[in-house]
Order: sequence, then C-alpha cells, then structure tokens
Amino acid sequence: MSTAAQSGDPAGPTVSVPSIPEEQIVAICETYANDRHRMLDILREVQDRFRWISPKVMETVARQTGLSRIEVEGVASFYSFLSQTPKGRVTIRLCDDIVDRFAGLAEVAGIFEQELGIGMGETSGDGAFSLEYTPCIGLCDQAPAAMVNDVVVTSLTPERARQWAQALKAGTPPEEIVSERFSELTPHARATEQVENNIRHAGAVLLGPVPDSAGLKKALDMAPAQIIDTIEASGLRGCGGAGFTTGRKWRFAASEPAEKRYVLCNADEGEPGTFKDRVLLTERPHLLVEGMTIAARAVGAREGIIYLRGEYVYLRELIEEVLADRRARGLLGANILGIDGFDFDLRVQMGAGAYICGEEGALISSCEGLPGEPKTRPPFPVNRGYLGFPTVVNNVETFCHAARILDRGAQWFFDMGEEGSHGTKLFSVSGDCLNPGIYELPYGLEVRELLEMVGGEDAAAVQVGGPSGTMIARDSFHRRLTFDDLATGGAVIVFSGERNVLEIVEYYMSFFVHESCGYCTPCRVGNVFLQKAIGKFRKGLANPEDIDYLKDLSGTIIETSRCGLGMTSPNPILTTLENFPLVYSAMVKPSKDRIRATFDIQSAIEGARKLAKRRSYIYDRDFSK
Amino acid sequence: MSDQDITFTIDGVEITAKPGQTIMEAADEAGIYIPRLCDHEGLRHQGGCRVCTVKANGRSVAACTQPAAAGIAVENENTHVNKMRRDLVEMLFHEGNHLCPICEASGNCELQAMAYRLEMVDPTRFPYLEPCRAVDASHPDIALDTNRCISCGRCIRASKDVDGKGVFGYVGRGIHRRVAVNGEDLAHTDADAADHAMSDEVCPVGCIIRKRVGFVTPIGEREFDKGLIGYEIEGKRRG
Ligand SMILES: Cc1cc2nc3c(=O)[nH]c(=O)nc-3n(C[C@H](O)[C@H](O)[C@H](O)COP(=O)(O)O)c2cc1C
Ligand code: SF4
Ligand code: SF4
Ligand code: SF4
Ligand code: FES
Ligand code: FES
Repeated sequence: MSTAAQSGDPAGPTVSVPSIPEEQIVAICETYANDRHRMLDILREVQDRFRWISPKVMETVARQTGLSRIEVEGVASFYSFLSQTPKGRVTIRLCDDIVDRFAGLAEVAGIFEQELGIGMGETSGDGAFSLEYTPCIGLCDQAPAAMVNDVVVTSLTPERARQWAQALKAGTPPEEIVSERFSELTPHARATEQVENNIRHAGAVLLGPVPDSAGLKKALDMAPAQIIDTIEASGLRGCGGAGFTTGRKWRFAASEPAEKRYVLCNADEGEPGTFKDRVLLTERPHLLVEGMTIAARAVGAREGIIYLRGEYVYLRELIEEVLADRRARGLLGANILGIDGFDFDLRVQMGAGAYICGEEGALISSCEGLPGEPKTRPPFPVNRGYLGFPTVVNNVETFCHAARILDRGAQWFFDMGEEGSHGTKLFSVSGDCLNPGIYELPYGLEVRELLEMVGGEDAAAVQVGGPSGTMIARDSFHRRLTFDDLATGGAVIVFSGERNVLEIVEYYMSFFVHESCGYCTPCRVGNVFLQKAIGKFRKGLANPEDIDYLKDLSGTIIETSRCGLGMTSPNPILTTLENFPLVYSAMVKPSKDRIRATFDIQSAIEGARKLAKRRSYIYDRDFSK
Repeated sequence: MSDQDITFTIDGVEITAKPGQTIMEAADEAGIYIPRLCDHEGLRHQGGCRVCTVKANGRSVAACTQPAAAGIAVENENTHVNKMRRDLVEMLFHEGNHLCPICEASGNCELQAMAYRLEMVDPTRFPYLEPCRAVDASHPDIALDTNRCISCGRCIRASKDVDGKGVFGYVGRGIHRRVAVNGEDLAHTDADAADHAMSDEVCPVGCIIRKRVGFVTPIGEREFDKGLIGYEIEGKRRG
C-alpha cells in the first residue's frame, strides 16, 4: 500500500526534489483548457514531471480549474500512481500478486532492495529511486513482472533483476534497457520487445486473420437500428465480466433522447489474472477502434474514450498511432469513409492505479476527473453516463467481437459456443501450468479440457474469473466455462497442490481491502474484518464458530454493498469454504474451557513489554532485540 | 393523489409516491421510518452508509437513493434486514473510536441512537480498528474530532450545497478514506460557527463540536432521551 497516497504529509519532502515552478503548473492546466474534467490528466502530468503533487500544486490546480483545494486533493489521494510525497526519478513497481509470489517475487524484491539500498515502499535519499508493490499489472503469464516508470519488465529472475537494477543505477534510461534501439522501434515493436503476447490458441473471431475495416464498411450500408439488431441477434454478451447483452445496451443508449451520446471502451483490465485485453490492444487495436466506431454509428455518438489502465501506459503510443493512422485514412474524424455527417473521434484517458475504475460508473467518474467512485444507479450509464449523457461502456474484447460480427454476420457468431454463451472468448491462463498465455476458444469448454490444453493437469485448484470469481477444486473440473456455469471475464489461474489455499485467499482479501473505494460501509470496513478473520485461520487461532462468522459477515457485505466490488469481494472466502472445506477445518481449534483461542497473550502484552524493556526467554526467539 | 402518483407497499402497508421520489422520501411522508445515517433532510443523497438497506421485490437496495416504483413490495422491518443494519452500525463503531460515556454527543448522537433502535446488545464479534486521528482544535469556535466520524459526508454536502463554501471533503481511498478540511487545518478554512454545516443537526455523531456550548443540554434531556430515533417520523403516522 502506498502510504504516500493516503495523507498529505505536512512534514513535506524528505528527499531531494526539484522545485515546482508555478507557471509550469499553470501551463499544464492550460493544455487541458483548465478543464476540471481533465483533472486526472493534469495530475498525471504533474506527477510525471515533478514526481509528486505538492500542497502548493493542489492550490494552483484548484485555482486554474475553479475547484477547491480539497477537491483536487480528493483526486490526488485516490489514485495509487499519484503521490503526495516526492517519488524517485525512477519508480519501480513490482507486482505482488499471489502468482508473482509463487513465481519467486520475494527473491526479486530482495535484489532490488539490496541493489538500490532502499526497502519496499521507500524512496532513496537522493531522489533517484522509489520501490513499491502494486497489484496485478496484467502480465501474469510472465510473472514476476514490474513497471519501471513507463516501461514494463517481465519474467524477472534474480539475475535479470540485478541487471536491471545495476543498469538503472548506472543511469541508463529504462527504455534503453529494454532495447538499445528503443527510439528507432515502432510503437508495436517497443511493446513486443517488453512483453510476449503468448497467444497459444487463435480462434476464428479475434486472433485469427482479420481483414481491415471489413465490419465498418458493412456497417455503412446499414441503418443504426439494423446494426443493433445484428449485434443482438449474434447473442454477443459483454466480455468484461458482467455479461450484459451488448445489443440491448446499445439499444437503450440509442433510444434515450439526448443531445449527444458517448462510446467508452473499458481497457482497465484490473481483475488479477486477466490480461487478454493487453493482447488485443497490442495485436488488434484497429479492430477495437473499428468496433467503437460501429457502436458510435449504432447509437449516434460523435465522441468516445478509451480508458486505458495506468499499468498499460506502455501501450499508449501504440494506440495513439493507430488513432492517427485512422484519422489520416478517413476512418476516424469527420465524415468517416465519405459518409456525410458520420463523425466520430476519440481520446485515450489514462488511469492511475485503481482497480475500481474498471467498474463502469467509477470509470465514468474517473473520465470526468473525479475520484474513481462508482455512481449511484439508477440512472444507468446508458441513460445518464459521461457528463450526464447516454453512454455505452463496453470491454475491449466486446468491441472487437462487434466489429467481426458486422463483417461475418450474426449467425456465424451465434453458431459458435452454446445456448446463452455464443461465440468465442479469450481466456488468460496463468499460474502453475506449462503454457500460460491467451487461448481463444468457443464458450462451453470444461475446465478439465482447458487444463489439458495449457499443461495444467496437476492443478489442485483453479481460480476462474479472478478473485471476484470462483475457486474450484479437482472435483469440479468438469464444470464449464459459460455464463451459466463458471462465468469469467477471462481469468483462469491455475494452482498446484503445493499451494496454500488460505494464503491465496488472504492475498485476495488484502487486494479487495486495498482496492475498495471506501464509499460504502460494508465494503470499506467489512472487507478489513474478513481479511483479519482469514489471518486468524492462517495463524491457527480460529474457533469453529469463526466459519459461521465468515459466512455471516460475507452475507452482509454482499447484500448491502453499493457496487460489484463489494458484492463479489467475499467470493474468495465463500467459494473456498464451499470447495475446500477441509482447508478451513484443519486450521480450526475448538475453544477449551470457554477461553478464546484467538486471545494471544503474547501479542496482547507486547506493547507493555516493549515499554518495560522486558523480554521473555521462552517466547522471544531473538532475545537480543 | 395525482394521476401520476404510484403506489407500492412497505411491509404490506400501501404507500403513495410522487414521480421521482425515493422509497425513503415516500416512506417519510407516510410516517414509516427507514433507518438512515448518511441521508439527511435538505441535503443531496449519498447512499454510502447502507443502513437504509431494504428489500425491494427481494433485492437489496438503499432506500435513500432507490426510486420508488409502482407495485414493488418493500421489506423494511424484519429480522434479516435489521440484522444487516445492525452489522453496518457495528462496523461504524469499530471503524472509529467511540467512547460514549465521555462523548459530548451522547444522547444526541444518531449512531448511538441507531444502536439502541436496532438493539445492538450482543457481545461484539468484530475487531476494533482503533485508528489514530488527530483532533483539530485550531478554529476559535469549532473543534473537529474525526475519531468518531462515520464518513456520512453530511458536513461536506451541507458546506458545499447549503453554505456555498466547501470546507470539507473526502480524501484517500478504501479504509483510509476520511473527511478532511480545505486547508492546513480548520482555522485555515472559511469555516464559521454559524454555517449550516456546523449546526447540531448536520453531523450525526460527535465530530463537529462548537466550542463553549458543550453539555449545555444535560444528559437525560437530549434528543434521543425523548424517544427512539425515528420517533418523529413514526409520530406522523399515529397522529
Ligand atoms: C470492481 C469491478 C471491476 C471491473 N473491472 C472491469 C475491467 O477491468 N474491465 C471491464 O471490461 N469490465 C470491468 N468491470 C465490469 C464493468 O462494470 C462493465 O460491466 C463492463 O465494462 C461492461 O462492458 P461489457 O458489457 O462489454 O463487458 C468491472 C466491474 C466491477 C464491479
Ligand atoms: S462496494 Fe466498495 S468499491 Fe463499491 S462503492 Fe462500496 S466501497 Fe466503493
Ligand atoms: S459519537 Fe455517538 S457513538 Fe460515538 S462516542 Fe459519541 S455518542 Fe457514542
Ligand atoms: S464529520 Fe460528522 S458530518 Fe462529517 S462525515 Fe464525519 S460524521 Fe459525517
Ligand atoms: S501481473 Fe502479477 S499477477 Fe498479474
Ligand atoms: S441513508 Fe441510505 S445509504 Fe445512508
């Protein structure tokens, strides 16, 4: 957890920092026309240039945008990648997801600490480096992975970590460590130099051959209503997790009377274990923009936004290049492909480290320059979304599918998969398997079949859909990957029998605690209680009644939370209680003599012992401390 | 009742709602009290505390933000719903530092009153989070003690929307999200004891304390010594 993001440290900088000339802050605000809705862009740029958002900066930004300082601070303190204390010139963010831990994160982290002379969460005194942990950065198939400023490093071994740390210490810019010829490479080559695509199985829809703009050209001969009919007839459902029927969503937005409408692409891909959008953004960016352009024609939108998670900043210039290319070719902008009045253009909105911004209301808030808090529903985005206008929010993969459906027809797509789950789906497979990566497969496969494909036959547990999904055991590997059985936005994380299920659960709960926006009581507070309770099980301090406590508290959180995060955050606990009951019962101690085993006298008197400088020969392993 | 009005039921009682009204607004008019902490008359809805959770056609919704709809069956007072509300109130107690016997707000406090109403009497199972939050006594007339803050945001909305000031705001995320002031401390804001945001009725607990008026009303003669929280709304129905 970045402590800096939580409080404006009144003590101010402890490391050397450049002074921040006010006129430069003013100039940054002016590049965004002093528009408060571009607050995230403004603060990101300040952070990039000056490495922190100082109290003075917040005042200047507030004045320029007509907000109060506390409103600016509300944004600055919400996002993990914005900091209210000075960060190093190079910030290294190691993914500390459970997958990375199992892949040797601790050693890698140790090397960075040793080489840079700072601990995790610290910034070096000369202001050169910051070292921190961050949740899943979408590189799970090549863990351990890290961000180094705007580039990413994958498949970290201790040797590779040492090489990177030493090169950075020698002053080599991160880009040049990626490749000495970095500046000469195309944006696509830069991306693939950093990250393997790991496409293991290409299906008929997305990762096989895709003709340029074929769907869009067909859409030009169709009335908007026909486009929507086609999408609806194809059976396409959202690929971001919730699985809402895409055609219906577009129809709602199109039929809402309004001056303007927006099309937003959700490229926040924050669910741990999900990295399929990363590959689509790298290999099918034209298809994505084509799908958005078709959606724009269908609903009558002239403007769009691609919300790109901060962790994918290394893909930004690739996407910008695609947009520029399409503008030049008349595929984006005014009078698209010569059709009078068919205008559509879009911008990229960078996120800044907040899983909740994948929730569509929070995503809209973030695009509006606000903290990434979900919006009260109703109204729904299709009725009143971005800036109050009807808005379609779809996942990257959903838009790509839509473009292909327009080209090949609804029936073609409908015939793949099965009733209720049509077409193909990208699965991002990681963890304990031989061939982690992307598999494009029709819906309906059994988990067992997928495990055979990926070389994961030894799996003892599979997490389908990421932490908010379902953890299943061997006896459930016959279950199927469909919306009606095991729904997933794409994540499939494989765990072998050597892995500790409770350790996984504890990590996932800490993830939700870290990522809760804090708006509502049950999710903000309840998840902390769940995390603490799991900690008790891990330490062997739980009573049999604690199992009921977990279920009971989970129930309240699910039923009273305001958005999907809280409604699914107890899933790691509930699904493992159901599918791995022995893991829990093995850790439970019945209370004897009505004494609560949870009461740990040693930790209870710890404070007093420290004050009194009294140590125990029996309980203190290292008596010298 | 105009022809646009809709009807629905709360615990079997038929209620009329005007178009656009929330379940809670309609219930208030009908003299049915739905527990609440972050919602307050005259302020925008926030929908954060979730204490107003009801079941509408079997689905949990926040009554303060959910529009009333024709024909829905709302469950307000039942064992299950009240149990969840009790959990939420208990979470708020454990999230902060609440020592009622020495608190200026005792007897006037909506959190405390809600605990009584919901019969929060069993021994607690939740851990105490015991945050450490500094008291801000910088302002000549107002003290701010956020150890008792329940993040209801009423002060934020009152200051911004009613006073037109913006003295308060949220900062941080998740369990670290908290109420802060628009400046180094309260003395460096344009806060004024006469602001609506600083009045008795806005902060439901004992965070915003006007100096020199503490304990003017003796314990025993305070707001919730007169009746359970919600008695005024429920009184409408009987009367
Ligand atoms: C906590 C949370 C995180 C989410 N993260 C994502 C995400 O990263 N990407 C995504 O496409 N949808 C995400 N969603 C789902 C979106 O809210 C929304 O349903 C989706 O973007 C709609 O697009 P689709 O219908 O094409 O799937 C998330 C939902 C929740 C509750
Ligand atoms: S459920 Fe969690 S993430 Fe969603 S609004 Fe509530 S606190 Fe925020
Ligand atoms: S604010 Fe209310 S609940 Fe908290 S200590 Fe004071 S009286 Fe008790
Ligand atoms: S200070 Fe009082 S009014 Fe403001 S958010 Fe906290 S509890 Fe609510
Ligand atoms: S990148 Fe580390 S788990 Fe996803
Ligand atoms: S009163 Fe409805 S959520 Fe607080």
